[in-house]
Amino acid sequence: MKLHEYQSKQIFAKYGVPIPKGRVAATAEEAKQIAQELGGRVVIKSQVLVGGRGKAGGIRLAKNPKEAEEVATAILGMEIKGLPVRKVLVDEAANIEQEIYLGVTNDRAARKPVMMASAAGGVDIEEVARETPEKIIKVHIDPLLGLRDFQGRDIAAFLDLRRDLWRDFGDIASGLWQAYVESDATLAEINPLVISKDKRLVALDGKMLIDDNALFRHADLAEMRDTDVEAAAEAEARKYGLAYIKLDGQIGCMVNGAGLAMTTMDIVKLFGGEPANFLDIGGGAGAEKVAAALRIILSDTNVRAVLLNIFGGITRCDEVARGILAAMKEVKPQAPMVVRLVGTNAEEGRKLLAEARMITAETLTEAAQKAVEAAK
Amino acid sequence: MSILIDKNTRLLVQGITGNEGLFHTTQMVAYGTNVVAGVRPGKGGEWVLDGKIPVFDSVKLAVEVTGANAAVIFVPARFAADAMFEGADAGLPLIVCITEGIPVQDMMRVRNYLDQKGVRLVGPNCPGLLTPGEAKVGIIPGDIAIPGDIGVVSRSGTLTYEVLYALKLVNKGVSTCVGIGGDPVNGTNFIDCLDMFENDPQTDKVVLIGEIGGTDEEKAAEFIAAKMTKPAAAFIAGQTAPPGKRMGHAGAIIEGGAGTAADKVKALEEAGVRVAKHPGEIPALLK
Repeated sequence: MKLHEYQSKQIFAKYGVPIPKGRVAATAEEAKQIAQELGGRVVIKSQVLVGGRGKAGGIRLAKNPKEAEEVATAILGMEIKGLPVRKVLVDEAANIEQEIYLGVTNDRAARKPVMMASAAGGVDIEEVARETPEKIIKVHIDPLLGLRDFQGRDIAAFLDLRRDLWRDFGDIASGLWQAYVESDATLAEINPLVISKDKRLVALDGKMLIDDNALFRHADLAEMRDTDVEAAAEAEARKYGLAYIKLDGQIGCMVNGAGLAMTTMDIVKLFGGEPANFLDIGGGAGAEKVAAALRIILSDTNVRAVLLNIFGGITRCDEVARGILAAMKEVKPQAPMVVRLVGTNAEEGRKLLAEARMITAETLTEAAQKAVEAAK
Repeated sequence: MSILIDKNTRLLVQGITGNEGLFHTTQMVAYGTNVVAGVRPGKGGEWVLDGKIPVFDSVKLAVEVTGANAAVIFVPARFAADAMFEGADAGLPLIVCITEGIPVQDMMRVRNYLDQKGVRLVGPNCPGLLTPGEAKVGIIPGDIAIPGDIGVVSRSGTLTYEVLYALKLVNKGVSTCVGIGGDPVNGTNFIDCLDMFENDPQTDKVVLIGEIGGTDEEKAAEFIAAKMTKPAAAFIAGQTAPPGKRMGHAGAIIEGGAGTAADKVKALEEAGVRVAKHPGEIPALLK
């Protein structure tokens, strides 16, 4: 789950990371009010969960409260990469001397968190990593020990920071680390961390990604979810604990297990069809979940045929069959349905489905071929 | 011979009294696995499966009393990290974690701790292990595989069943099947299993089932090219997966253009591995 810039910076501030004075506004009137309180020049920043806000004109300076109101009016009416701007952050404008990158993320290959920093901040760090990897320092952190003070100093030295800023930098690195750990983030990033003309370090922009699997222990963060970035069907799926991703094809897929769901999509494509979605009902799905899954698949008007591929393990095929029957009574699908059940209680499942008019298949290849045929 | 588990495995089940734990304990016992104990804090002294398996309050106590030498974990995600720490502290050499949805920072702490203790972890978010005809630890349906000489290692659950079933249909048997799980940070990886299969006299060939995300398949390809004498076949799921989307498994995501199925297929083919276009092709590639 992505957090907005203003949410990320508020979290950083809780851990002692200095951020610019400012607040978030939902109307131009509020933006003007905040600009008045701050006095002087302000920067108005659209709060949308996509990159490239600056290039799209979603980040602009304003010299006074009146201009802040005008700029906020313009930005609040924008769409950036298809997302409506519902909020702007009004921050005091900074006098920048240098821009630094500082971030913590998971290094899955090393199975450890890694803190990364570069004196070439303010730009896309992945680009820096590709083109000039020598400009980035990567420091792995023992997840059982946490960030050690010396590691912060090593980074400061690599960045060639003035020595009188080392202590402040160390506090920021340690605050960012704590924010990452205590929020169960998969990424916590300050880009840029600036040195202002008056020689202070300030986190000008912030970004956090939160581990969805950890939201059970972060009710406050879970509430911050911006549902604009999710398709309605994806939000509905999440409510039922289903993993659903909409694609552009015609063959709806309902499968248990993520690997098998991807394979089912791949094999549909191999036999000349295009999958309409990825959908994993998960392990041990009951009838209610299956019914919700079928409703979500059929809510996509591109779907011309549905392929159900269930390999029972934890999931019991008779439960799935009951769910399918319940959902069919409710949604009365027009699209032909191809069903393949194997594994735990498959026989009972097949018996239950015998009454419904469905195309059945024994193997995955047969099921995929029949679904592609049925969608024509 | 086989790898990791066999008929001498003395299994302990963490979370034995829950729905999943009880259902799969019944299945494991029916398969012939020697389940010696269960753990459920607060229910110590009870018995499950008609008085056949004692329940303990802690892993340490269960190990002391029953001599368990492996654990399988069915506890919910929020308690799973603690269950793994507890198993490691009780001195268990092998822990198999079935639980899905464990926070990745928990897994980084668990993995680093277990490495220090020298504990082998399989999973999490995995179907477990099956040595056909001897033992199963986890949730792989026992009747979909027969004993044989093929070692199977996979990041997936039901996709693995699909492959085992395809092998069984043509009368090909399996030495051991290891589900290593679909999380970005897990325990045992492809290379660990390939190494064990290479050294296992019962295993003559190997099947690797990978998917998008990370670089474990590429590293496995390097290992196969450098170290393996036994032939290998593979399948990689996620050819049609869009970039930037997490495909169900926490670890199945193409990030920054890395971790695509095409890259993995290429690396494996260059290492001399025969890569199937769909799971049904795998038996033929093993000839």
